[in-house]
Amino acid sequence: MARTSLTLSSPSGRALRGVSNTVLVLIGICFALPLAWLLLASFDPAATLTLKWPSALTLDNFASVLTPELAWLPLWNSVQLSGGCAIITVVVAVLAAYPLSRYRLRINRPYLYGILFGTCLPITAMMVPVYSLFVSLNLIDSITGTILFMAAASLPMAIWMMKNFMDSVPVVLEEAAWVDGASMMATLTRVVIPLMRPGIAVVFIFVFVQAWGNFFVPFVLLLSPEKQPAAVSIFAFFGQYGAVAYGKLAAFSLVYSIPVLALYVFTSRVLGGGSALAGAVKG
Amino acid sequence: MSSTHVVAAGGRGGATAPRPPARRNRLGRSVGRSVPLIPSMVLIAVFLLGPVISSFYGSFTDMSLTGSAAQGTKFVGLENYVQLFQNPDFLQSVWLTVLFLVGSAIIGQNVLGLGLAMLMRNGNTVVRGIVGTLVVTAWILPEIVAAFAAYAFFHDDGTFNELLALVGIHGPNWLYALPMVAVILANVWRGTAFSMLVYSAALFDVPEDVTESAEIDGAGGAKRLVYITLPMIRRSISTNLMLTTLQTLSVFTLIYVMTAGGPGTKSSTLPILAYQEAFKFSQLGLGTAIATILLVIGAVFSVVYIRALRPEVD
Repeated sequence: MARTSLTLSSPSGRALRGVSNTVLVLIGICFALPLAWLLLASFDPAATLTLKWPSALTLDNFASVLTPELAWLPLWNSVQLSGGCAIITVVVAVLAAYPLSRYRLRINRPYLYGILFGTCLPITAMMVPVYSLFVSLNLIDSITGTILFMAAASLPMAIWMMKNFMDSVPVVLEEAAWVDGASMMATLTRVVIPLMRPGIAVVFIFVFVQAWGNFFVPFVLLLSPEKQPAAVSIFAFFGQYGAVAYGKLAAFSLVYSIPVLALYVFTSRVLGGGSALAGAVKG
Repeated sequence: MSSTHVVAAGGRGGATAPRPPARRNRLGRSVGRSVPLIPSMVLIAVFLLGPVISSFYGSFTDMSLTGSAAQGTKFVGLENYVQLFQNPDFLQSVWLTVLFLVGSAIIGQNVLGLGLAMLMRNGNTVVRGIVGTLVVTAWILPEIVAAFAAYAFFHDDGTFNELLALVGIHGPNWLYALPMVAVILANVWRGTAFSMLVYSAALFDVPEDVTESAEIDGAGGAKRLVYITLPMIRRSISTNLMLTTLQTLSVFTLIYVMTAGGPGTKSSTLPILAYQEAFKFSQLGLGTAIATILLVIGAVFSVVYIRALRPEVD
């Protein structure tokens, strides 16, 4: 701070910094208040809807929510849905990205335009026709069907990201493999995939996090409570007890959010992918 | 910005693609090479293209989930659309959607995101880190959790009214009296991080000597913003406006948890109304017609966006 105000050597520079910091702090407080409620209410045995310091710090809310039927089964369902969706998406996207990145096929251009178009589709707007489709395919309340739809919905973005990551892998090593007579699949699995592990991890986490947070798709496509992921069962909990058990609702929400927050920190710290994620979202 | 470099590198990679041992049949070769595209094509065709096509078709039929019409679906032409445009709920919903888009995406998230990004440049490192983390946390939380937090904040007995009471204002019951204000503010809170990140990256690329020389020439802060900074990041602004609009157009969970579209239909934007018509009132045809309209709006925005991005695809 001192250094820059020296180079600017003007009192207006320092005043600007003061104003900037004050405004930033005020905006920060506005953003923090709803989050702080979530955190404090989850440790408060007598939580209300208002932000206040807990009357006593307790883990009772977590203990009463973390039962097999209330939290663990829905969380396990979330793991299945998001994990299945992310695995299918990554495998299919790697396969699709290879010819798009390495060959000049006539189909590439229209296909890439289609993919880019697909990334912009408002998926929420599609849920009514998707429901009709699932009824006619007899896939309503099927976990596999839901996984396949979620994978298809995340494919356009995943293929786009994967192609960009693959483009940055140099082709020299592959040329050596071609000369040695390796097939396309052998080159892909033995040369390209090992070289782009961080990129694959970023795509996997990106898809997993989106599926984990997805409420609307399983809400419409899965009907049995024992099949529903945490996003939907937490909403059911809110509908049943939300008006009284705020502490438990906050605790459940926090437990459900932890994997997402952890994966975000992992991506930005370990994979250096904060910018990669932002770049991908940018298109 | 990093994505641009990646794509540019890909262009070169494609040009020097390795040539496997020559085969006589070029057509056979390119068919063989496109085989890995098939799984993605099948999934996208069945689960994305299928619903889009059936949405267009279904919006011209009288299909429903229950009752006599559920057995034999028949073609009714434009009847669903005629019915929609005579439906006051639909017209109100169009207006509410525009309000939601303009208020929370075009004005709220963009202006606040740009403002935050510019303040961050002048701010202290610690303040910057903490405020940035808070803004981003609201964005990466699962949507339903963010919706609960916003629900509690704007509830009649919530934090917001408590704060207003501190300064002697008796706040209204936001979720009932002013539901659109509540959901717009909530969406600004949740979505601003995206714009902030985009604009931070864009401002990082604005060379400091340009703004400094403008300052020496006597341009004040507002003038520098309007004549130097904004024109230099205009591409990021248009991209960001397009993307935040598309994201906001499909917001469902936030509104559904906070107000469920209510009271009545006073905060039913189009995605909520499509859901209500189809699943609450069993008007699948009407719901599908609304979905089709949303898809068309989304498609128009996508085409504009893709045209802007075209150099990266070629």
